[in-house]
Amino acid sequence: MTPMLEVRRLVKEYPGRGGWFRKPPGMRAVDDVSFAITKGETFGLVGESGSGKTTTGRCVLRLVEPTSGDVRIRDVDVLKLSSRDLRRARRHFQIVFQDPYSSLNPRMRVGEIVREPLAIHRVGTREEQIEKVRALFDTVGLSPGDVRKYPHEFSGGQRQRIGLARAVALEPSLVVCDEPVSALDVSVQAQVVNLLLDLQQRLGLTYLFIAHDLRLVRQICDRVAVMYRGRLVEVAPAERLFTAPVHPYTKALLSAIPHLTPGQKLERIPFDAASFKRVDLREVEAGHFAAV
Amino acid sequence: MFPLPGGREAAAVDGVSFTIAPGETLGLVGESGSGKSVTALSIIRLVTPPGRITGGRIELEGRNLIDLDDAAMRAIRGRRIGFVFQEPMVALDPVYTIGFQIEETLAVHGLARGRAAKRRAVELLDAVRVPDAARRAREYPHQLSGGLRQRAMIALALCAEPSLVIADEPTTALDVTVQAEILELLREMRRQFHLSLLLITHDLGVVAEMAGEVAVMYAGRIVERAPVARLFAEPAHPYTRALLASIPGGQPGKRLRAIPGVVPALGQLPPGCAFAPRCASRFDPCGVRPPDVTAVAGTHDVRCYLHDPAAANSAKAGV
Repeated sequence: MTPMLEVRRLVKEYPGRGGWFRKPPGMRAVDDVSFAITKGETFGLVGESGSGKTTTGRCVLRLVEPTSGDVRIRDVDVLKLSSRDLRRARRHFQIVFQDPYSSLNPRMRVGEIVREPLAIHRVGTREEQIEKVRALFDTVGLSPGDVRKYPHEFSGGQRQRIGLARAVALEPSLVVCDEPVSALDVSVQAQVVNLLLDLQQRLGLTYLFIAHDLRLVRQICDRVAVMYRGRLVEVAPAERLFTAPVHPYTKALLSAIPHLTPGQKLERIPFDAASFKRVDLREVEAGHFAAV
Repeated sequence: MFPLPGGREAAAVDGVSFTIAPGETLGLVGESGSGKSVTALSIIRLVTPPGRITGGRIELEGRNLIDLDDAAMRAIRGRRIGFVFQEPMVALDPVYTIGFQIEETLAVHGLARGRAAKRRAVELLDAVRVPDAARRAREYPHQLSGGLRQRAMIALALCAEPSLVIADEPTTALDVTVQAEILELLREMRRQFHLSLLLITHDLGVVAEMAGEVAVMYAGRIVERAPVARLFAEPAHPYTRALLASIPGGQPGKRLRAIPGVVPALGQLPPGCAFAPRCASRFDPCGVRPPDVTAVAGTHDVRCYLHDPAAANSAKAGV
């Protein structure tokens, strides 16, 4: 079976500061990252801030131009597309951003925000688009009567629902979710997570789910990849990763998650950053890869 | 109280009461808009106008802070009450070195000046385990990582050896590994300085690890207060139960147990219990007027009609 998304040897390098005659030392935000996601899967990408997880997500969609590597979505070589073809192909891969406050245009009515992708890709007549927007509002749990309101009239959770309606309007195959619930209140997070799961089932979506909430990732992801300093250090089925981590960094990361049992002290496993070596992933058990 | 358009006023914090003993930690849990940060700012009397405190007592070491004049209050802030904010990058002054900011605080409170203050600043940074403290003291906030900045912020909060430290979401902006280190540091400082700690957070994991007692806030009121182990084992308020149930990992399968609806906006509170519109256990009295505090055990209070014998009886009688 061909994967929905295949990323091979992805590199994103940012130029550093050099001297007049000195070649600037580059900063590798994404350093030789490879993974594949199958259709309908939720693939979690975790790591601390600065590990390169967001940059990886953006390179996949070419919101950030990668330095080198291969990205294939449904057999389309994304990095080889001309800017015109890329715009056309974009209907198949969408993104949901972390911050529902800055990702919606404050001067557009929310109905227009959701209709915009349909208009750009000329899907149906204007009337059909408006009808579709109303249906989408219903799907994401908003009232179709809300289409004439502006983003500021909604709470954070509702705005994230609008962002989701826009992202799925074109019935994409792949959705990159970049910390989609971390800006929301605890009691609202669960609602939006459930909506993501519902949409996935209904539309057969594939998710690249970027997050730092490890408990959430364990709950909803099929497989999880751990990033550290731009590199993947471990990839495994979610339960295996959380119960039998192999890489020392993964062990340290998981040991820092607070328990929900008062009185139980964290048995933290330290990680010595100086001991980190750039080695390739190898299969340590079926489907479980670690850079050891 | 905060003014609303149309001359009305809304209470962001309403009838909140708690005590913290020396060396103890109270975890104040709530979502945004629950009033937990306004509670913290009220304690140091820094509620931004036009908001104001309209009643109550805030007693620190036997003195009522509400009665103090501005000069006396300034002597309390920083000296007797230290503050650790969520965003050290915002709370620290970007144009002064870390060391200078600590020295200045020591000087303002008349604790040390000149070379003695410099020495003390380095000692404090060393105490909060900023590596190479003497060099770091000469650096500016932007030169430090998030974790080191939060350590510097803790050093600043502790420099006058206060008796109470208020930490408002101290680890929310940090990675989980750095969070674990900062929590460990706060525990150690609590022991060493015999501090009372008011820990404000939305993260029940942080509460489970740090707090002795927990107060859960919803829409400006404390709806439940209990020792931490009891709160996790036998939550009494439907909101607390729902909050605990919505944490990922608690339920089998992928779906989470969500709480329907949204937190009510200030000034649009329902007449009865503020949680009633979202509550699965609501019954007749909940929509009429807010419930009073009922004790379900010695040190476990809840504001909910489910635990109010009078309301429960009248419901059974079919009234």
